[in-house]
Amino acid sequence: MTTLLDTLSRRSQPSPARGREVLRERGQREVFCGLTGIVWLHRKIQDAFFLVVGSRTCAHLIQSAAGVMVFAEPRFATAIMEERDLAGLADANEELDRVVDELLARRPEIRMLFLVGSCPSEVIKLDLSRAAQRLSKKHAPDLRVINYSGSGIETTFTQGEDACLAALAPEAPVAPAGAPPSLLVVGALPDIVEDQFRRLFADLGIPRVDFFPPRRSGDMPPIGPSTRFLLAQPFLGDTAQQLEARGAVRLPALFPFGVEGTTAWLKAAADAWGVAPATFAAVVGPGQERGRRAVERHRAALEGKRLFLFPDSQLEPSLGRFLARELGMTLIEIGTPYLNRTLLAQELDALPEGVVLSEGQDVDRQLDRCRAARPDLVVCGLGLANPLEAEGIATKWSIELVFSPVHGFDQAGDLAGLFARPLRRHALLRV
Amino acid sequence: MKLTVWTYEGPPHVGAMRIATAMKGVHYVLHAPQGDTYADLLFTMIERRNHRPPVTYTTFQARDLGADTAELFKTAARDAFERYRPEAMIVGASCTAELIQDDPGGLAKAIGLSIPVLPLDLPSYQKKENWGAAETFYQLVRALVDQSVDRPPRLAGDRPRCNILGPTALGFRHRDDLLEVKRLLRRLGVDVNVTAPLDATPDDLRRLSAADFNVVLYPEIAGAAAAWLERTVGQPAVRTVPIGVGATRDFIEEVARVAGVDPSSALEDCATRLPWWSRSVDSTYLTGKRVFIFGDATHAIAAARVASEELGFEVVGLGAYNREFAREVRAAAEKLGLTALITDDYLEVERAIADLQPELVLGSQMERHIAKRLRIPCAVISAPSHVQDFPARYSPQMGFEGANVLFDTWVHPLVMGLEEHLLSMFRDDFEFNDEAGPSHLGHGAPPASPAPAAPVTSALTWSSEAQAELAKIPFFVRGKARRNTEAFAQERGIDQIQLETLYDARSHFSR
Ligand code: SF4
Ligand code: SF4
Repeated sequence: MTTLLDTLSRRSQPSPARGREVLRERGQREVFCGLTGIVWLHRKIQDAFFLVVGSRTCAHLIQSAAGVMVFAEPRFATAIMEERDLAGLADANEELDRVVDELLARRPEIRMLFLVGSCPSEVIKLDLSRAAQRLSKKHAPDLRVINYSGSGIETTFTQGEDACLAALAPEAPVAPAGAPPSLLVVGALPDIVEDQFRRLFADLGIPRVDFFPPRRSGDMPPIGPSTRFLLAQPFLGDTAQQLEARGAVRLPALFPFGVEGTTAWLKAAADAWGVAPATFAAVVGPGQERGRRAVERHRAALEGKRLFLFPDSQLEPSLGRFLARELGMTLIEIGTPYLNRTLLAQELDALPEGVVLSEGQDVDRQLDRCRAARPDLVVCGLGLANPLEAEGIATKWSIELVFSPVHGFDQAGDLAGLFARPLRRHALLRV
Repeated sequence: MKLTVWTYEGPPHVGAMRIATAMKGVHYVLHAPQGDTYADLLFTMIERRNHRPPVTYTTFQARDLGADTAELFKTAARDAFERYRPEAMIVGASCTAELIQDDPGGLAKAIGLSIPVLPLDLPSYQKKENWGAAETFYQLVRALVDQSVDRPPRLAGDRPRCNILGPTALGFRHRDDLLEVKRLLRRLGVDVNVTAPLDATPDDLRRLSAADFNVVLYPEIAGAAAAWLERTVGQPAVRTVPIGVGATRDFIEEVARVAGVDPSSALEDCATRLPWWSRSVDSTYLTGKRVFIFGDATHAIAAARVASEELGFEVVGLGAYNREFAREVRAAAEKLGLTALITDDYLEVERAIADLQPELVLGSQMERHIAKRLRIPCAVISAPSHVQDFPARYSPQMGFEGANVLFDTWVHPLVMGLEEHLLSMFRDDFEFNDEAGPSHLGHGAPPASPAPAAPVTSALTWSSEAQAELAKIPFFVRGKARRNTEAFAQERGIDQIQLETLYDARSHFSR
């Protein structure tokens, strides 16, 4: 049992992460599970429904993470398992079928149903993939049923989106052999950001660009060896593997946070399509300029300030890179729940020397390190933010980074603003 | 399996967290996967607590399942003890850990800590948050109370002493209710021995037996513990919940009876303005306002009494989400000639509200959202609550000041009396637009013009003339007019509502 040993003897070992020291932690983790992704995924795929097969805890987690935004009946729900479901598996399957029937009667417009596994459903080994097949067959052709796990024993926060998209990828049609190369942008982005990128790619002369996941389940992009894909988020490792298994080719790049990241990310696509440097410069120039100006406005608040990032979304290395290089912040520690060294190779290269990278968590110990370092700003989850503020440490809750538009040139200023605001507020208050 | 969109209560271990977080010197080691740490934010964000809840989660992962989750638990418990040095520890499992059956109680015992360690058995697949809180508090009391303490016989002139049981973390206005109740007790000449669980230490629980009696503020939390104390240490329990003027007076009288003191000065000290506010002429318009009430049993029952007896509303629906108290709610509903709605299905509550079309909803945050969607005024009276239900200002529900708060917060969402009058007087004035809604409701007020609700039966239609006439009726009675007219038409087998139908219905109902 590695966890125990690692908890007792924190290991620091030189890792393959390009010669950087990575602190591996295996203690208490203060993070959400992958179910949380449903909060933004259900907004993105507009005819999909997410049915968690889990416990009251799972239902309570999603509604707490969503901040009880009950404006309409949401496109997610939980099939809460009860005592009698735990008795025998046959019953659980029948029960699930009944719940799905009930759901479809209420929401006949649903075209895609995700059965989302949880810790309890996994521990009792409820086979949701078989259930999905069975239900798909039963409700074809009106409804496709797909399963993935958002359980906390397997996924951390944003990994839920990865698991969802990895399960969705095989549903995409096969791009015909000899199809002209097409670009696929992978990761749920707000529609407004998607449209901005779409315009930029069109101006670069890339003829076909698709986004994954699509806004409607019927608009699945074809995927095959002619597909070149850009990951919009650093946490999509399993999805990338699925796409690669179908012959698609990943275009490695920095992630599109900040002006530098967005430029590098677009450049990776431009290079794959052989876009002339002059064309590239002309197309991205105005966006870069706007982005730089917007970012610059926050420099005064952030420059030289010391930053500590707790592990949460896996965006931490990319955010650290942006804040260090474009805003002059000093990085103390970058925590990430999981460090994908392949996908993050460019990011790790771009990080300044001297920053501690930590993977996994032992929250009490990490809080000790954090307090000892007295950072000016801490990026952390909702459970830690107010307690740290009460100790006089400014915080930025990390969940906002996945709920608000932060990618691309035109959001670079907003992204910087998310970090500047708490500091500005601290400077402002006289109470 | 139960299809659930929103849930009123969290799992039972969240109830246990509410007790541990309310107390001092107690640490909770919870065998649970990482996602369950979300529960911390309920306390740090919603209640704005400035400390992390005293909870250590083992956060086992899939790879640990094949290995040794039990060892992981022991390490977590040992580390938590070393770091936090609690005076007592509670240990237990969340829903997932319950399935892997590691026996946290046995494991904690095996590591031999020098403090009391209390194993909690909270069946996650049967029970919910309130039950978990009550059970945890009961178990703590049972394990810690010193039963050997002999209450010295009270001499003439000695002040009686009571415990206040129930206020806890994440409770709806518990912080302020407590102050209000302490004020009442002081006025009665009753001393407070221990308040628990809020701010109590394990040592305080040991001393519970030194009081003469217990005041149970929230039966959902403290009912079980108080019953046990009554049985084993012979402390009677005061169970009247002092929400509203009448109930506060009843509470004073009950305490006086149990404590053997004179209630008259406390009864005279009527710091409440509710009775006069309710009798003043501006309140005439409150008469018979149709109100729907839903929440936890205690708050819902109390609200029904205040609404009907102290504000002159007509209670058209009453219900609660915690089945443990279904009997009490049914009895209260029956008294009002209603059938109680006992359900934790949010959609069922929504249907009931949509069908009844009340003029005011008193409920939890869940009902607030329903009311917002149906554009019905609403005030929050019960958990589950939102960050705004933990106001900075003093805002109790209990006692005489609490009654003032109830008057203000329930009446505020409604149109004021005089204003209602003006609205109908000027409704035909082309410059006057009743879509603007009552002027005292700022941003966030329900928009005044309800989208036409679905008719009672789908076959029913409105002629355009009748529809136009309906639109002329002020918005605050429009829903009622629509409902009455449709019911009237339906009874008479009319398929299309004409202008005459509208007026026939009006004369029919105004008899
Ligand atoms: S802001 Fe959102 S979460 Fe808060 S009360 Fe309004 S709808 Fe609910
Ligand atoms: S960690 Fe597991 S049990 Fe907890 S909410 Fe997430 S999926 Fe449900």
